[in-house]
Amino acid sequence: MKIVVTVKQVPDPNSNLTLEADSTISREKEVVLDPGDECGIEEGLQLKEAHGGEVILVSMGPDRAKDAIRKGLSMGADRGVLISDASLAGADALLTARVLAAAIKQEEPDLVICATESYDGSTGMVPPMLAELLGFPQLTFAKKVEVDGSTVKVHRQTADGYQIVEASTPALITVTAAIAEPRYASLKGIMAARSKEIKQVAASELGVEIEGVVEAEARKAGEVIEDDGSAVEKIVQVLAAAKVL
Amino acid sequence: MPSILVYAELSEGKVATTSLELMTKARDLGDVYAVALGAGAKTAATTLGKHGAKVVHVSEDSAFDDYVAEPATDALASLYEKEKPDLILFAFTPDSREVAGRLAARLGAGLISNAGDVVAKDGGFVAKVPYFGGAKVASMKANGKPAIVLIRPKSFEASAKGGTAEVKQLDVKVGDGSKRAHIAERVVEASEKVKLEEARVVISGGRGMGGPQNFPLLEELANALGGAVGASRAVVDAGWVPYSMQVGQTGKSVRPGVYIAVGISGAMQHTVGMKTSKIIIAINKDAEAPIMKMADLGVVGDALKIVPALTAAVKAKKNG
Repeated sequence: MKIVVTVKQVPDPNSNLTLEADSTISREKEVVLDPGDECGIEEGLQLKEAHGGEVILVSMGPDRAKDAIRKGLSMGADRGVLISDASLAGADALLTARVLAAAIKQEEPDLVICATESYDGSTGMVPPMLAELLGFPQLTFAKKVEVDGSTVKVHRQTADGYQIVEASTPALITVTAAIAEPRYASLKGIMAARSKEIKQVAASELGVEIEGVVEAEARKAGEVIEDDGSAVEKIVQVLAAAKVL
Repeated sequence: MPSILVYAELSEGKVATTSLELMTKARDLGDVYAVALGAGAKTAATTLGKHGAKVVHVSEDSAFDDYVAEPATDALASLYEKEKPDLILFAFTPDSREVAGRLAARLGAGLISNAGDVVAKDGGFVAKVPYFGGAKVASMKANGKPAIVLIRPKSFEASAKGGTAEVKQLDVKVGDGSKRAHIAERVVEASEKVKLEEARVVISGGRGMGGPQNFPLLEELANALGGAVGASRAVVDAGWVPYSMQVGQTGKSVRPGVYIAVGISGAMQHTVGMKTSKIIIAINKDAEAPIMKMADLGVVGDALKIVPALTAAVKAKKNG
């Protein structure tokens, strides 16, 4: 089974985000492989271990996004493809999906695995667009994936439980963080990743433009008190004033 | 007058509240029509009429309920070809965004996701998109037609204004090619006592709760106040509580009368989902936590002591 996992380099969610002069989120500082993608890679590796095949990481990003791919390769993925082009900086979801789709089509995968959404943008629009552009059905919000021959079955998380959704391959899956605990790269894996291939390809029109950015109306800070035993009483007063008590 | 198409998401045969919120905005922007797909679509049309839809296109083909995204995408693409709306509005919910994404890719249309508002400007539409945890708002203009905008839940209030929609049977044949991602079974795991999105009081826990074993403390407080329990992404990712409890950018948006954040630092990912709450109370051991800067009342102290004491005080007050 040929499995493509899409990956993205994002600002480290554990560090404080900063903004560039043009109000885009700075991706200069601490950047990491998107933690959601680590779960996708893990699931891809488990499927490969159970069914054989190959795990290919595909990413769009600047040159240094190779580091994110390298991390996935050290977990055990087989090879990577990075689409880099200065004209793609600031690409919207549709352009991103088009670029990824073009690269993924060349691989003719049985399965494409994406995280439900990225940690930085968090809009989750690329996967359904990608599915449409590839002509694949989409099995989304998966917290469990089973493959039996050419049938893929997922447990699709819903507000009050889950749905069992199935389709034939080729298909696109989006996975939640509940899917699998990502493995740590072993020393052997890290060494092996050094010699694995990361193919860099060059890729421009945007469907959306940013008109301008303004400060949101900030919420004013209220009162901050140290709990000296009277805090509960104070909270009760606030609850009563808000008429919820 | 621009024409606005609203994708009305149905849940158990009823129009989702998030879709009715869109109607409130849509009727200020132009002539509104809606599309309702699946079981209950005709009944939904009555509701949508009351909320300002002039025409509702309906189809009760079971394919819309049984298959993920593709049948609905087919229906919307064919409706777009016929009606050429200027703007298509979706709620930023899991089901709607899947349809919106496929539709945008199929039509080659620009799409703006996660918007908090949309306004008419220069014959087009500009969406206001909060980002950086809601600290910034980007105005994004959709180039070309149609503009597809996904609006965050709770951005507007659903309100009926009275009216009757003309119901039009949507003439769409869902081909076998779109019957692929088949929903074979629906499993309900937990029935929420009070729905998070509708609760008057929401008590959310984060890492500061110490572990999943302490979440019952929040449940007890929620029960005493008739509220619901939410959580930060950090503890959902850590597996302490299910995803259905997540409040924030990638979880639910809530706007209760009172929001109590317990042991939550207030990362942007979280605050964007709760910052429009009327009153925010934060309990945290760190006085410098970002949540303290937005709370109406910030309490610096040990949540594990304060919460049970608060529950007892609430109960005493109710009984007294």
